[in-house]
Amino acid sequence: MDAMLHISTLHYLVLGAALFLLGVIGVLTRRNVVIVLMSIELILNAVNLNLVAFSRLWGGLHGQVFAIFVITDAAAEAAVGLGILIAFFRNKETINVDEVNLLKW
Amino acid sequence: MNEVIQYIKSYLDSDRTPGSAGNMFWAFVYIVLIFLGLSVAVIAMNWLERKILAHMQVRLGPMRVGPHGLLQPIADALKLLLKEDIMPAEADGFVFWVAPLLVVLAAFTVFIVVPFGPTHAVTDMNIGVLFMLGVSSLSVLGIVMAGWASNSHYPLIGALRSSAQMVSYEVAMGLAVVSVILMTSLNDAGTGTLSMIGIVQAQLAQQEWFVFKFFPLGLIGFFIFAVAMVAETNRAPFDLPEAESELTAGFHTEYSGFRWSLFFLAEYSAMIAVSSIAVTLWLGGWLRPFPNLLHGSTWELVFSLFPGISFLLLAAMCFYNTARMPKHPFFRIQTIGLGAFGALLGLIGLILFIPAVSVRVGDIYWFSIKVAAFMYLYIWYRGTFPRYRFDQLMKVGWKILLPMGLGLLILTAGVGLRIELWAQFLEMWHRL
Amino acid sequence: MTPVATPFFFYLLSGIMLIGGILVITRKNAVHSALALIGTLLAQAGLYLMLYAPFVAGVQIILYAGGIMVLFLFVIMLVSIERTMKERQFNRQWLVGIVAASVLGGLFITVYTKGKDIFPMRALPAVEAQNTQNVGDLLYGQYMFSFEIASLLLLVAIIGAVVMAKKRI
Repeated sequence: MDAMLHISTLHYLVLGAALFLLGVIGVLTRRNVVIVLMSIELILNAVNLNLVAFSRLWGGLHGQVFAIFVITDAAAEAAVGLGILIAFFRNKETINVDEVNLLKW
Repeated sequence: MNEVIQYIKSYLDSDRTPGSAGNMFWAFVYIVLIFLGLSVAVIAMNWLERKILAHMQVRLGPMRVGPHGLLQPIADALKLLLKEDIMPAEADGFVFWVAPLLVVLAAFTVFIVVPFGPTHAVTDMNIGVLFMLGVSSLSVLGIVMAGWASNSHYPLIGALRSSAQMVSYEVAMGLAVVSVILMTSLNDAGTGTLSMIGIVQAQLAQQEWFVFKFFPLGLIGFFIFAVAMVAETNRAPFDLPEAESELTAGFHTEYSGFRWSLFFLAEYSAMIAVSSIAVTLWLGGWLRPFPNLLHGSTWELVFSLFPGISFLLLAAMCFYNTARMPKHPFFRIQTIGLGAFGALLGLIGLILFIPAVSVRVGDIYWFSIKVAAFMYLYIWYRGTFPRYRFDQLMKVGWKILLPMGLGLLILTAGVGLRIELWAQFLEMWHRL
Repeated sequence: MTPVATPFFFYLLSGIMLIGGILVITRKNAVHSALALIGTLLAQAGLYLMLYAPFVAGVQIILYAGGIMVLFLFVIMLVSIERTMKERQFNRQWLVGIVAASVLGGLFITVYTKGKDIFPMRALPAVEAQNTQNVGDLLYGQYMFSFEIASLLLLVAIIGAVVMAKKRI
């Protein structure tokens, strides 16, 4: 019980791992492209949590700077991914991952 | 029991905000006070907007409900609470319910860091400005959700337009704010600060409101922020997404009764919030005019009389209008009511003359007066300017304000650096 | 700042995050998933504050919750989803996905139970007053090159998104 009450770095790492697993399950099992992209955002957030937790453990701020870069890259990737989705939706009228199989026309 | 009383009283001797001092009781008291003050301010804004707009349009405005319409906002609030709560068919129930909640939450959470005095904020986060900008950008989410959940095309288009507008002008706001943060770093240590209380203290230390600093750079920054904040809160002349002749009330078309009043409350609270950002960053926050130039106990006494005198002026106006009321038995109750209101204002004014009260209330008074000036500007804009078309609106946001903000940032950095480099050069010169 | 009730807030915020995460991957309606993700991101900003990283918390609220999620909601509204809500929402190989994820979970559990002694249990000082200045020093000092590359990446992403979503190039 005492281990549960004193919040250590391990707590944050376990939380990050749980979020990562949820994101992986989302990417592997959902058919809706937007929800797959949102699960990718979950994965990136779990990584950020790990980075900031380690930055707190070891004292330097490098983890936080890296987290800021990850957030910036997530924004860029979400924009491009959603742009691709809109372009694809305009052609095939579906947002189903299973039907993104242009090589099979 | 003694420790509890000690804990409660420990805030009164400290020189920090309740959040920084870790005193939860006083933080809670401040939150309740801010909530009450905001409600009174929104009610007063409602009445003031209708009266001032009416007088600008050479008519009288509400005159029937109370003396000179003073009870009109209360009647409006009662009507809204008693109205039927309609939800459109096929509307997404959960999202429809959550959207006004999110907008109100975002509008009210901003007030945690607004400083009414050097220790009169709920807490003093050292990322105060960043927090305010971030939380006010959460209201965009609420608007998008409200438009989508109504399942009707007017709200959808209104929500898309409104959120596109708000997101565009947030960039211009951010650039103007960053140029102010640069100005706070012009002290000896060379460190700026993002905390709201720190920014006002930097203005006190540099003996200049930031609106006049590096003339005309501070003024241009203030202008950019003043235009962007009107667009951010969807007020005239940028109110195309919610204008009645354009989109039948935009994203809150399908909301009625209490839910609509939540949107209304959130809009006016957001107006007060961005005005307090502008007042804190450019106009010196809670500082009275000329705190360094006109110092000394006599000037302090003169400036401490201002709160009481302004309330006595309001009371005098009430009594004058009481004397001008028609002498008809129809108007007896209204005359008595107006006289009583005037007496109440006069009583508050007399209380504010007591030195023990005026020394605590002085900061809050100066802050409120500056924010009230901004509120008057908002109403004045609404009565004067024609509405921007949507493409003109986006053009102003991206093609005019954004390049101005970038140029302002570079110029402010250059001028600030030049002063520091010049100071270092002079120091080296004197050492030779 | 004196920390108060740390375990309570940690468990509250992590509960919100986990429930939000589960809702993101199980809701049929994409808008409900987006709302759950917003809740998760805001709770994560709270956790960053508990980890004495206020600047990253502010950036998370502004960029992630106030920017990226608005983008997601826009696209969900533009892409008509009434048809997709009537289709099946989990794909055919969901069992393989769950098995793969549980293998990964087993790996995580093994690593964390065997390796939990490498984290020193020391109480670190609460340095918060200079956080933004120190992050700024690092960003513009040691990581200046990465900073410039990140801005170039954002420029490329903007151009790419505009070209992708245009009707006619």
